[in-house]
Amino acid sequence: MEITLNHYLAVAAVLFVIGLMGVIMRRNLLIIYMSLEMMLQAANLTFVAFSRFDNLVDGQVFVFFVITVAAAEVAVGLALIVALYRLRQTTSVDALTTLKF
Amino acid sequence: MLPSSGLAWWLLILPLLSAASTLVYLHRKPNMAIFASVASASLCFLLALGIAAGSVGEPTPFEWMSFPGLQIDVGMILDPLSKGMLLVVTGVGLLVHIFSIGYMAHDPAKARFFGGLSIFMFSMTGIVIATNLIEMFFFWEGVGLSSYLLIGFWYDRESAAQAANKAFVCNRLADFGFMAGILTLWMMTGSVSITQDALQGALLHPSPVAENHALATATPPVTPASRQPLLTNGGGVQQFSGWLAFVLVLGLFAGCMGKSAMFPFHVWLPDAMEGPTPVSALIHAATMVAAGVYMLCRVYPLLLLSPPGMLFIAGIGCFTAIFAALIAVQQNDIKRILAYSTLSQLGYMVMAVGCRGPAAAMFHLSTHAFFKALLFLAAGSVIHALHDEQDIWKMGGLARKIPLTFWTFLIGYLALIGFPGFAGFFSKDVILAVAFQAHPIFFWVGAFTAFLTAFYMTRLVVVAFFGRARSNAAEHPHESGAVMTVPLIILAVFSAVGGFALGIEGFYHGWSISQLRSTGQLPSTGATPQLPALGLLLGTVVPLIMVFGGIFLAFALYRGRDSDPLHIKVLANKFYFDELYDRQLVGGQQLFARFLGWIDDWVLEGAILRGAAYLSVGVGELCKLIQTGSLQTYAFVLSIGGALLVYFTLFAH
Repeated sequence: MEITLNHYLAVAAVLFVIGLMGVIMRRNLLIIYMSLEMMLQAANLTFVAFSRFDNLVDGQVFVFFVITVAAAEVAVGLALIVALYRLRQTTSVDALTTLKF
Repeated sequence: MLPSSGLAWWLLILPLLSAASTLVYLHRKPNMAIFASVASASLCFLLALGIAAGSVGEPTPFEWMSFPGLQIDVGMILDPLSKGMLLVVTGVGLLVHIFSIGYMAHDPAKARFFGGLSIFMFSMTGIVIATNLIEMFFFWEGVGLSSYLLIGFWYDRESAAQAANKAFVCNRLADFGFMAGILTLWMMTGSVSITQDALQGALLHPSPVAENHALATATPPVTPASRQPLLTNGGGVQQFSGWLAFVLVLGLFAGCMGKSAMFPFHVWLPDAMEGPTPVSALIHAATMVAAGVYMLCRVYPLLLLSPPGMLFIAGIGCFTAIFAALIAVQQNDIKRILAYSTLSQLGYMVMAVGCRGPAAAMFHLSTHAFFKALLFLAAGSVIHALHDEQDIWKMGGLARKIPLTFWTFLIGYLALIGFPGFAGFFSKDVILAVAFQAHPIFFWVGAFTAFLTAFYMTRLVVVAFFGRARSNAAEHPHESGAVMTVPLIILAVFSAVGGFALGIEGFYHGWSISQLRSTGQLPSTGATPQLPALGLLLGTVVPLIMVFGGIFLAFALYRGRDSDPLHIKVLANKFYFDELYDRQLVGGQQLFARFLGWIDDWVLEGAILRGAAYLSVGVGELCKLIQTGSLQTYAFVLSIGGALLVYFTLFAH
């Protein structure tokens, strides 16, 4: 069986939905964070797939950007989570409702 | 007719300049202000003399404003009626100005006082020379304003400020009716002009607005009648759509009722005595209150359109005459007695107009202006001499101590009660003769009023000037200076001879006949109508008996008394009209105001203003429930939204 573009896209979609479910349903901030990364990688996979099948490098260039930004984001985000944990002794989102009315 | 000249405009410009300069910078220099005011009054009097002599003519009118269907010019009407009135206004005005120099000598705010007098002279002259009702209305309000300023001259006194407000509010109410009358006239004839030509044109060849104006659809009753002349040429009064004419007469008369203090609006005049006495003399006795009567005479041909209206005018005048005279019997304040006698005399004049005798009304107006100004100024001199004592029971024995004031007051008194030979005798006789011609009831009420007048005036003279002094001030009065006594003497001369020597009656009679002829109410040829001999005879004899009866009775009752033997509570309390107005009108108004306040609190502010605020708060309260604060819920909703977006863009075609 030949691997076509649609196969890549299907994998990417599955990855994205898994990530989304994780973001919506998990309660631990760290896990949510990891799920978020998974959604980013799903996007990256589609970029690379299109790039490969359309014989263009634009998508791969974008992927580098995304990886760079994601790295920076992880650095900031993890630091925030650590700081939050020190303050509250928890990383559960159920406890973080100060902004709620 | 004389070539038109602008000279006559100075009648208005001079007092206005004087008032304006006082207001702008002379109020710190009282002597300069007095000089400006008195100089302008003197020049105006000279000018009025020139106008009366015929050497100054009518100036060319100029356009003030112009709308489709209405043009209003500012002009001057200088016919016998206004000439006579101008002489009275400027003449009495000048004497009052001079008197005030002495009377107000010690008042720190006298510059303001003279400024007020100048505004008054400006407005009053304007009323006299106005060529149309809108122009007259402008000056009419000006008179109201100056009256307000001068009644409230001592505004730090609560009672004076209240009296000024009362006068102004009463006049405003009445002026509303006047305005309605003016608008009715405009609707009927398409013009508000009151020159003789205009009245003639309006009554004989009307071109109502109704014919070519949107008003035609709004007021259907006008159209059919307005196609014909309002009056027939034969001299009889056509029944021109009766109710409209009645409304017109009623409206115009309402203006008169306010200014001339006729019965329902009479309450302001006695209170107006809170002002300085020269003001009472000038405004509230001699001229301003006469403006209403003057206006009625000016529009007299229009009044004839509605016989019921004329009857109403006569009735109100007659009632006011006797009503005020009854109240005067039990008053103790010298100025208030004179104020009620003014009301009563104004009632006479209005009754005369209503009984088809405008000439008689103007005759009495002129003589009354002389003797009432004299009485008030003399009373002012008394008050001045007694250091502001106004209660006649605290006077007494003044006749020998201030003889000049006494003798002039006595002449004014004789003229007022109609003692034979003095001014009031002649003018009152004519009025009573006119009243007899109209209806005997008017005559007999008028005659009884003459009795009451003689009674209360004799009471005033006997109590204040004879007997013994009843207070410290009355024991050591001081006669006023020449600046105050000379105007008294001049006015006394006019009060004595004004009835027969000056020919005032013939003057106005001639004017009245020519006015009636030119407006088609009298045939243009033939004998002038004469008053019936019986009426003249009765008008002379009956009042004489009444007057002597009144004098005798008052002498018998009050000679040598130290307190009032009569106690008629209802008269002393002025028939409780102030209380009635206070409770019924003001009370009702309070209730209405509270109702409006309730609407303001609960409907306007409550439902609409605060309602809008509560609505947005409520919507906010509802919307905030959506905000759970849980990021994951947001993410969930967001993702559903995204999914829907994808679905609609890709699949839903």
